[in-house]
Amino acid sequence: MIAHAVFFYLFSFIAIVSAIMVTVARNTVHSVFFLILDFISISCLFIMIGAEFLGMIMLIVYVGAVAVLFLFVVMMLNVAQQKNEWFSSAKSSSHIPIGLLISLVIFFELIIVVGGWKYKPDLLSSSSITISDTTTNTHSLGNVLYTDYIHLFQISGMILLVAMIGAIVLTFRTRPGLKRQSYIRQISREKGEGVEVIDVPNNKGVKIDV
Amino acid sequence: MFEVGLGHYLTLGAIIFTIGLIGIFLNRKNVIVLLMSIELILLAVNINLVSFSIFINDLSGQVFTLFILTVAAAEAAIGLAIIVVYFRNAGTIRVEEIEKLKG
Repeated sequence: MIAHAVFFYLFSFIAIVSAIMVTVARNTVHSVFFLILDFISISCLFIMIGAEFLGMIMLIVYVGAVAVLFLFVVMMLNVAQQKNEWFSSAKSSSHIPIGLLISLVIFFELIIVVGGWKYKPDLLSSSSITISDTTTNTHSLGNVLYTDYIHLFQISGMILLVAMIGAIVLTFRTRPGLKRQSYIRQISREKGEGVEVIDVPNNKGVKIDV
Repeated sequence: MFEVGLGHYLTLGAIIFTIGLIGIFLNRKNVIVLLMSIELILLAVNINLVSFSIFINDLSGQVFTLFILTVAAAEAAIGLAIIVVYFRNAGTIRVEEIEKLKG
């Protein structure tokens, strides 16, 4: 139990420090790196608490896809050298105190809710989807996901499809003067447009480019 | 102290949520860092859902975490596509210079 507590404090300390570094790092590439570190330590917490499928999915989706996407866009747009200017311009620093105040108020509200929250276990155990000790986490998630939540599962697949098509449509552009291969024109070509038989007169040339 | 319970995880979620919120409020750099702060907020929500799911012994929280993960990935892809298009048109993605809406 002591080892569990020590690892919890270690991973949560790393997660909090890297979350702070995401927001205050001067270089955007460093922000992305600290975001990756944050995701990894939170997924370690998930695996430690017993939700190992979600921890692994978090590693695959966030670290493998989302963070690499962020890194790709940061490097493509060449904004990595843009310096972080929190308190430099007087025009923008006017709303920093009120932003900090609102953030701290929300934080203390959340802490009050956590500290004062009590639940009755007999009221909340009415759900039929309980975690059993005999089956693994992945197995029981699969049992629930493909039976009770099948419609939500398919709708989330549709959301991913819409996101993919939307990203392609947003960033797609047709450049003028670009020669593309057109399969329709290639296939629908007739013999008459491609080949022409010319009678060549004797001792005279033929002008091809008409 | 050495008994890690539900309150510890909820406090961790609250701290990360607040850090993401501060990152959104005080961001003076570019919009990409703002999107990363939104990812932090979604991460805090995921921590809360998973810890409730484990400590109440109900699997629904983990299923909803999976759906939140899906929506977060879609949101990151769409947001980054919008940022790329905006950078191509306007030449900058600094927060101060994005004033097309005059907000």
